[in-house]
Amino acid sequence: MSLPEGQAEKIAVRNLNFYYGKVQALHDVSLQVPERMVMAFIGPSGCGKSTFLRTLNRMNDVIPGTRVEGQVLIDDHDVYAPGTDVVELRRKVGMVFQKSNPFPKSIFDNVAYGLRINRLTSDRHELESRVEQALRDAALWDEVKDRLKTSALSLSGGQQQRLCIARALAVRPEVVLMDEPASALDPIATSKIEELIFDLKKQYTIVIVTHNMQQAARVSDTTAFFLLGKLIEVNSTEKMFTNPNEKLTEDYITGRFG
Amino acid sequence: MTTLTALCTLVAVGILLIILTYIAAQGIGSLNLNFLIDAPRPVGEGGGIGNAIVGSLVLLLLCSAIGLPIGIAIGIYLSEFGGGKFAGVVRFVVDTLTGVPSIVIGVFVYAMVVLPLKHFSALSGGIALAIIMIPIVARTTEEMIKLVPHSLREGALALGAPQWRVTLGVVIPAAASGIATGAMLAIARISGETAPLLFTAFGSRFFSYYLDQPIASLTVQIYNYAISPYDEWHAQAWAATLVLMVLILSINIAVRFLTRKKF
Repeated sequence: MSLPEGQAEKIAVRNLNFYYGKVQALHDVSLQVPERMVMAFIGPSGCGKSTFLRTLNRMNDVIPGTRVEGQVLIDDHDVYAPGTDVVELRRKVGMVFQKSNPFPKSIFDNVAYGLRINRLTSDRHELESRVEQALRDAALWDEVKDRLKTSALSLSGGQQQRLCIARALAVRPEVVLMDEPASALDPIATSKIEELIFDLKKQYTIVIVTHNMQQAARVSDTTAFFLLGKLIEVNSTEKMFTNPNEKLTEDYITGRFG
Repeated sequence: MTTLTALCTLVAVGILLIILTYIAAQGIGSLNLNFLIDAPRPVGEGGGIGNAIVGSLVLLLLCSAIGLPIGIAIGIYLSEFGGGKFAGVVRFVVDTLTGVPSIVIGVFVYAMVVLPLKHFSALSGGIALAIIMIPIVARTTEEMIKLVPHSLREGALALGAPQWRVTLGVVIPAAASGIATGAMLAIARISGETAPLLFTAFGSRFFSYYLDQPIASLTVQIYNYAISPYDEWHAQAWAATLVLMVLILSINIAVRFLTRKKF
């Protein structure tokens, strides 16, 4: 798919193959992610959408025995080029996981963690204001402003997930990857996350993996459909869910398999 | 099923209570302030175990200073970087070391430290206890760190934290109370060791703070008094046993207090 007229691309993936040992998980995937929009990855379990998402910030590096071929260009820079600063990459490309994973620290320290380890600020006052801003961006500030020093683990599941989003936003990434961020949440918490995603795309490029096709339809501008490690179709979300180009996509969306 | 498990629990708790009350009953008679601060005197003149209490604390500090950092470091290595063959070998060695009888370690340290230095010393006692401590601490540390969910590591890595900062800043704090519990158990375990000290710290009837000199310890003092032919010393051995139990109990309580879960 070529991008719509006038739309800048943030991420361009070219001929990506990915292997877990001898098992090939991704086959020749090429795709462009438009800037400051939401792109959703859909597909049945095991189709490689999470694996693909994790190649974008090299989170697969930590899994032993994995191998990547092809290019992932973010702002025209290949993140797999030798000499790439992975730390810098991950600061630029933040990630939110399926299961919320707050650190066993206070709410404040959770959000401040990325700022501290990246030495983004040494000024106490600025640290506080950036933590506040991140919590506001994640629509969590009003709920936690009076108990920043309490344990992050005392928050509800939905709040924990928004805290993890705040933590990712605090380092001011350009891209936010979300791996089924609402799959473990109740409908109310899910709708909060979805509203949040809608707001965040003004500032960030967002890539979201989801099992929930209604969710993909609600929050995303473009959608990519994966099946058995292959990218079947990329299209505008509207077109994808009303009149997809591929028969396989239509079958999946209408629930004939998967 | 409930009855059976409850019964077994009752047996375990009962045995512990019987031991504690029996020791308390036997020991409390000879226990007074002078007994706690005096050095031993000849039979019939009273005397105490002050030197042994000091000696035991010196030995515990010494072996903790040697054994805890090494044990914890091995545990961190095994859990965080322990995928390869070498780590498998280390794990096997550590497990084997756990099973080596403490008296064997005492003899080993006697040959390696005491003989070259030509006399018994607190240092050699500390080394012997540390060797017993290291494998226990290493394995409990490894197990505790493995309990930290992988998602926490990924969360930190995804924020741009390098591996070592993830380990130090997120994983170890998350496992800290578990690691401390392991250390506490190791300390409690070795504070009851007698055999390895017989060949190393040897024991002493005087106050000593020198690491290159023989030093008293509660366990060796209890051993010496218990095998003596004098009723007075037998009573003192019971009292010293009570003190040792209280000491171990306070270590437990202190560490629990210090490692209360803050978050």
